Amino acid sequence: MRPTLTAARAAFAGLLAAAIAAPAARAEPPVTAFTLENGMEVVVIEDHRAPTVTQMVWYPVGAADEPWGKSGIAHFFEHLMFKGTDDLEPGEFSRTVAENGGQDNAFTSYDYTGYFQRVAADRLGLMMELEAERMQDLILNDEVVDTEREVILEERNQRYENDPGALLAEQMRAVLHLNHPYRVPVIGWRHEIEALTTQDAVEFYERYYAPDNAILIVAGDVTPDEVRRLAEEHYGPLEPSGRPPDARPENPPQRAARRVEYADPAVRQPYVVRDYVVPSWSAEDPGEAAALSVLDNVLGGGLTSMLAEELQIGQGVAISTGADYSAGREPGTFRLYAVPAPGVELDQLEEAMDAVLARLKEEGPDPELVERIKQNILAARIFQQDDQGQLAGMYGRGLATGQTVEDVQAWPGHVEDVTPEDVQAVAREWLRPERSVTGWLLREEAETAETDSEAG
Amino acid sequence: MMTIMRFFGPAAAAFTVAVGLAGPAAAIDIQELESPGGIDYWLVEEHSIPIVALEVEFGGGARLDPEDRLGIAEMVAGLLDEGAGELDALAFAKARDDLSARYSFSAGRDGIDVSARMLSEKLEPSVALLASALAEPRFDEEPVGRVRKQLLSNIAERSTDPNAIAGETWFGRAFPDHPYGRPASGTAETVAAIDVPDLEAAHDRLLTRSNATVGIVGDVTPAEADAMVDTLFAGLPEGEPLAEETAEGTPPPGVEVIELAKPQSVAIFGHKGLAREDDDFIPAYVLNYILGGGGFESRLMEEVREKRGLAYSVSTSMLPLDQAALYIGSVSTANARMGESLDVIRGEWKRLAEEGPTAEELEAAKKYLTGAFPLRFDSNAKIAGYLVFLQKEELGAGYIDTRNDMIEAVTLEDARRVARRLYAPDALSIVVVGQPEGV
Repeated sequence: MRPTLTAARAAFAGLLAAAIAAPAARAEPPVTAFTLENGMEVVVIEDHRAPTVTQMVWYPVGAADEPWGKSGIAHFFEHLMFKGTDDLEPGEFSRTVAENGGQDNAFTSYDYTGYFQRVAADRLGLMMELEAERMQDLILNDEVVDTEREVILEERNQRYENDPGALLAEQMRAVLHLNHPYRVPVIGWRHEIEALTTQDAVEFYERYYAPDNAILIVAGDVTPDEVRRLAEEHYGPLEPSGRPPDARPENPPQRAARRVEYADPAVRQPYVVRDYVVPSWSAEDPGEAAALSVLDNVLGGGLTSMLAEELQIGQGVAISTGADYSAGREPGTFRLYAVPAPGVELDQLEEAMDAVLARLKEEGPDPELVERIKQNILAARIFQQDDQGQLAGMYGRGLATGQTVEDVQAWPGHVEDVTPEDVQAVAREWLRPERSVTGWLLREEAETAETDSEAG
Repeated sequence: MMTIMRFFGPAAAAFTVAVGLAGPAAAIDIQELESPGGIDYWLVEEHSIPIVALEVEFGGGARLDPEDRLGIAEMVAGLLDEGAGELDALAFAKARDDLSARYSFSAGRDGIDVSARMLSEKLEPSVALLASALAEPRFDEEPVGRVRKQLLSNIAERSTDPNAIAGETWFGRAFPDHPYGRPASGTAETVAAIDVPDLEAAHDRLLTRSNATVGIVGDVTPAEADAMVDTLFAGLPEGEPLAEETAEGTPPPGVEVIELAKPQSVAIFGHKGLAREDDDFIPAYVLNYILGGGGFESRLMEEVREKRGLAYSVSTSMLPLDQAALYIGSVSTANARMGESLDVIRGEWKRLAEEGPTAEELEAAKKYLTGAFPLRFDSNAKIAGYLVFLQKEELGAGYIDTRNDMIEAVTLEDARRVARRLYAPDALSIVVVGQPEGV
């Protein structure tokens, strides 16, 4: 493993590629899906190798569904879900999981908020009881909200204020998405976090947390019948709200390339990163997302990728390069990045990066490279079967962003169908300057606030 | 799409034991084998998924870096897949990708870890390619230059990273005369000085048969595993077994502040701990869960985060290194409130030392630690790592069956006695990086 660059990694850490890992159809674990009367979707993935189970409850609502001016409420609320309910004291949820030898955590993204536990298989009923309890009986008051706000602010400090690359990424995202709610950070802008109230949390909860807005994924040493019985017992009685999340504002046409330069005195390794707005997975054209996934690896997937081979090995102008296609609901983001070798200016590096992109659009990718990439994407799905958490996550992400179980299972087939011409076509169609923002992370010199393209 | 997790911290229980619930003992059948070529390894067969997970640890790692070549273990690890035998860096990458194999190499304080996941239908060539990487890395000019620049870039970034500064400073103070006190990533000077003869010598020193520990889990029979192991080690020297030494870690009590312009300070605190072989290690392990290792169930999370909102992350862990035993923790708090965080932490340290845990805390800790044990065994990759751990610490394969009993056997009296022994609030050695107030 070559050493990766911590700044580049930190800036891109947490980007979740949607349903990218695709398997060969041959060896998938058994998956069963059904819906409860109150609208809750359930997916069961069987893995009988160890007597453990992972329960995940996904609410397909996230930072992109927040009221304007209240950024961070979805993530803040996720924290509050661990406080008291009618039947549970604050902290009792996690304590109960721990006492049963389980581990639990939660996560918030733009399109979904997820809560999960890993525990011995015979504790599944108890885990469902706990999740059902907090889905509708959470108690929110100023006391718990005020303390937790401090925690969120420390989290912001740790992940953002202390990390120049994260601050750059935050600014870039706001500029890339002209009108779409993906433009606000999941954790929220600091000044808006500070102003969030208990009432904001209550409104968010009542608006979105209901069984018809929830997806239950259970992976592990269970049978579909057992899960159905338990789900009907614990989640069945919950009242549906009948209100799915609102449609989101869309972006207008992207007409102008944008640039963001962020200089910070703590930067010791400048770099350039470029994001494009591109399509996400769609039912009408799933092949397009598959082609973009392959393109991701063609341009940035390891040493044999085009950016690495040309910029790192060929010209020696970069010491790290990469790409990342990240897509929940519409729109998706396609990222390219390069970290310069010493003495190389960012404008020179950016030019070299663009030259590789232009060559790809002009000539198409090497068919051997495409074939190798496809095989690895399919193999990833086989390796993924070793990890019930990853399996559950793959289905959860898919269903929470508008896919069906069949769509998730059809993904490997779409990857197998991708041709070099498809890769070339999506690059030409979507990786255009006017759809992009280019970011430079720069070192701010103490003596002068002015910086041209000086690489620190 | 960006995602944030609620709890970002070390895995609560690095080692756990099963009791009561259907433990892994019945499901995990460990075969302790020796290959025809004389390599000891442990194997668990698991044929339901056509993959094989391999874990090898070569003992020594950064601890063996010469003082004027700090960072060399990391550099060697970074170059193992950058060309081997007849294949230059690009050709190697293509060959690996053609097999859909995944190899990763990393260097730490006490060893170099090799992890591999391979499709069982491509096992032989995947193993042969990995063997070549281990035995005959090329150290060609282009990858050596590129990896060196990557390491230098990382070092530059670490120089303004509060976590990195805190860690390096803390260990530097604790081990002024031992390799643990030197940066495993090296310095700009030492990494710049590394040349190819250095790398070749380091490679011969770091990757030897006599210091290797091997775990294999997956779709492979003993006969196939024998062949795997012998192929993997065929080109490696026997080497000298590493000397068993101990280092006297002497973290100085009190607080050192390193000024860094950041809104949030990072503190690392700790003192000596207990060695893995110590008879009190298991009770200490349970106590650590109670104090700061147990995530949201720990006292520190409750007092620092939940009650006072002073931090997003606060935790502690036992750190039994190969040659020293430490007990350390960390917390990140806004500058203005770091003083308060440290006061709370010192207070909890003292309270646990003087009073020990409550009976309820002890029961809850046992329930979690014993009940969560099966979670360690629900993937081939995790099991392979655990096999290496069991061998390295010489715990024996039967440990999986006895560990729960040992945890259950910890009495309140044991816990109180060990707490008095383990926690020394006046000995706390603290490094704070930022612009903290009131420390």
